[in-house]
Amino acid sequence: MTWEIGSGLSIGAILLVVIVTAAMLIWVERRLLGFWQDRLGPNRVGPFGLLQVVADMIKIFTKEDWIPPFADRFSFVLAPTIIMIVILMSFSVIPFAPGLGVVDSNVGILFVLAMASLGAYSVMLGGLASDNKYALLGSLRAAAQMVSYEVFMGVSLLGVVALAGSFNLREIVIAQEGGWYVIPQFVGFVIFLIAGIAESHRLPFDIPEAEQEICAGYHTEYSGMKFGMFFVGEYLGLVLISSLITVLFFGGWNGPALLPPIVWFSAKAFFFIAFFILLRAAIPRPRYDQLMSYGWLFLLPLSLVNLLVTGAVILMQI
Amino acid sequence: MLAAEHIRENTVRGDVPAAAQAALELLRKEFAGDILAEQANCDFIPTLWFDRAKVKSVLNCLRKNSFAGNRFEMLFDLTAIDERARVHRDGQPLSEFTVMYQLMSFSGNCDFRIKVPLFDADLILPTVSDFWSNANWYEREVWDMFGIRFDGHPNLYRLVLPPTWEGHALRKEHPARATEMEPFSLSDAQTDVEQEALKFKPEEWGMQRKSDESEFMFLNLGPNHPSVHGAFRIAVQLDGEILVDAVPDIGYHHRGAEKMGERQSWHTFIPYTDRIDYLGGVMNNLPYVMAVEKMAGIQVPERVKVIRIMLSEMFRICSHLLFYGTFAQDVGQLSPIFYMFVERERIFNIIESICGARMHPGWFRIGGVAQDLPAGWEKRVRELLDFMPARLDEYDSMVLNNGILKRRTQGIGSYTTEEAFDWGVTGAGLRATGYEWDYRKQRPYSGYENFEFDIPIAENGDCYDRCAVRVEEMRQSLRIIKQCVDNMPSGDYKSSHPLTTPPRKEKSMKDIETLINHFLSVSWGPVIPPTEVSMAVEATKGINGYYLVSDGNTTSYRTRIRTPSFAHLQMIPAISRGFMVSDLIAIIASIDFVMADVDR
Repeated sequence: MTWEIGSGLSIGAILLVVIVTAAMLIWVERRLLGFWQDRLGPNRVGPFGLLQVVADMIKIFTKEDWIPPFADRFSFVLAPTIIMIVILMSFSVIPFAPGLGVVDSNVGILFVLAMASLGAYSVMLGGLASDNKYALLGSLRAAAQMVSYEVFMGVSLLGVVALAGSFNLREIVIAQEGGWYVIPQFVGFVIFLIAGIAESHRLPFDIPEAEQEICAGYHTEYSGMKFGMFFVGEYLGLVLISSLITVLFFGGWNGPALLPPIVWFSAKAFFFIAFFILLRAAIPRPRYDQLMSYGWLFLLPLSLVNLLVTGAVILMQI
Repeated sequence: MLAAEHIRENTVRGDVPAAAQAALELLRKEFAGDILAEQANCDFIPTLWFDRAKVKSVLNCLRKNSFAGNRFEMLFDLTAIDERARVHRDGQPLSEFTVMYQLMSFSGNCDFRIKVPLFDADLILPTVSDFWSNANWYEREVWDMFGIRFDGHPNLYRLVLPPTWEGHALRKEHPARATEMEPFSLSDAQTDVEQEALKFKPEEWGMQRKSDESEFMFLNLGPNHPSVHGAFRIAVQLDGEILVDAVPDIGYHHRGAEKMGERQSWHTFIPYTDRIDYLGGVMNNLPYVMAVEKMAGIQVPERVKVIRIMLSEMFRICSHLLFYGTFAQDVGQLSPIFYMFVERERIFNIIESICGARMHPGWFRIGGVAQDLPAGWEKRVRELLDFMPARLDEYDSMVLNNGILKRRTQGIGSYTTEEAFDWGVTGAGLRATGYEWDYRKQRPYSGYENFEFDIPIAENGDCYDRCAVRVEEMRQSLRIIKQCVDNMPSGDYKSSHPLTTPPRKEKSMKDIETLINHFLSVSWGPVIPPTEVSMAVEATKGINGYYLVSDGNTTSYRTRIRTPSFAHLQMIPAISRGFMVSDLIAIIASIDFVMADVDR
């Protein structure tokens, strides 16, 4: 067994690390929120409350696996698995470090975007299959929000693709050895960041599951492990978006040689994870129609202008 | 003394304001032969009795005309009294049930009462829900509690008690406690009846299932929903996410506080008042003890007044802080509530060191307060005054100046001053429409006239303005507390009046008369002379009033609690139609109600 790209060892290790990271985020988020909100957060189970995740997992695994009698069983079970699968699949193209990854794909970015589109099905199906009015409202909102924000997400990335001349994420990282794309593509970065929050539907854009409005939205009827999958799926999405920002705009594993590349990658990704958690603590939630019009009337034109300007600059340099 | 003479004498003394006097004279002229009686009460509010055939035209006359340039803008309260067991009714017409309308003039700063005698065999009178929008719920409540029907009412269903309830709870023959009833049991047949009664039929709620263009979705918001602030239910009629209608359903928090008032002694009812607006703490005691003191003729010492004001204002800040935090939370801002709880906790610590309890101290007494202030109280209160202003400024930049929050709340759920009067809206909800009226300023009680403070107002009457007014009120409350600390009078913490409960102990050991008084008022409770009184304060959520009827006994004959939240909730459909579900949540959050204050 070797550590080359696509070997069994690296696939297994990446899968394990990614899932454990996502699960640990449950604790990280609660502690960070506690820190920012003048309170303690979970600190009872184990040192610093670290074993809280284990306790939560035991609870979630041993809960009754209940499906409401009025739900559509097949899609009800399918929905949470979709989100887990598509996000884990997306991780396969992420270049964590030189020589560390699952596949070295020439269409890496397209693959991630395709998987993100499939992710919308999870939320829609979950809400529809529940046969609950709150869940229905949640999945309606989710469908509109995720489908719209995918558009800007895709367009915002095209500037990076044009600069690097490749859809391959690994080559994009290598192309940033001379300088991170966040500087020439700052507008693209901001749009991608906003679209990323919308895609992972976290506060302030947690409109599909806005607790104060529609209880828990699309996962109102879920409990036990199926809820757990939605829950961990959300954190996986958070890790994914943070990894993508790192790869696309912040030079991926690149950094001074005093630390190994994987550490640079992890540190940058964690910085953005913490940033997303801080956003959750700080900003109120816009209304659903406000989010839509903001996207279509502001972000879309902006991302198109960004693409045009980038293209023009590249052409002039040639 | 004849009642009319009594009132005339008060007029000479200047106790009846000009507007009320003008109204009295007009009614005496217009309805000369129809006035059944003029009742005298110790609160000097003109009270006229009319037959039910005349009551509508009398109320219309009061509503339409202006008196000395002022109008009676609001139906402040509408309730009933079961008179069948009452002994002291001198000068009042024969009556088994009495319906009471209390009108309020904001411009003329006075009240007016109309009473209608009814008999058990024929409990019906015309509705006034076409005059005032807020009469709708008040009349439903009277039907629910007394079985008095209102002819022409659009939907005279039970409001507070469940539709399957038997009897009318505030009638004297209705048992007050569970031990007076059969043990509770629920047979299968009865279960089916109850289940059937719970079924949601849109038609019964006055809603259509579909329109020409679309079929509506009915969403049941509550009684358990994350942002309805307690057990409160709204049946929402949706077209997509747009609200076609929203019908509130209350009663899930009903504890029969008014019925308890007829059972507890005057003294032992005080802790119950704490739990009416459970965020208002001792401020709830204030209108009650002031009403009893007025009936008993007790003058409280200056120190008592200032202590009462200081604690009331602390509770106002606590309540507003909780409102502020939950308001931000309901529009999706997670953190402010946690910061605000820190301040609230610090204030509760001060309250605890003074009263010995935090949220519900029940600390005011008839004729005073429970204890004197503890040694060193100024230090802790001054600490509060030092740290609060900076924190409030910080919250302004965090919440009120936040762009997303502004876009979520500005222009949402707005109403005008006229609409506010029509729906019985008081407090910050009224001031947010730009109408400067505060009970503490316009009708100073407990010595508020000696304090310097401003009445914050806003312009648009929308969700944002209601929040902004309350935020500024906290700053004004701090000003008042500062003046309390700087100028706390010395003196007694209890009046030496014989009806002060419990009486001051030190004198009772010296002479037999005070010992007897002490013994009676501690064992029986004080005996309050027969009269009626209405007393209100500017509570945390609006005007909270107590209308007490004493029959010369150790308990109240009728305890009517007029709460602000009750009126405010009724307005939700009118201000939320056409908005989205998210806006409804913002509207609910901006009203600042607690269900205990609605259902009582």
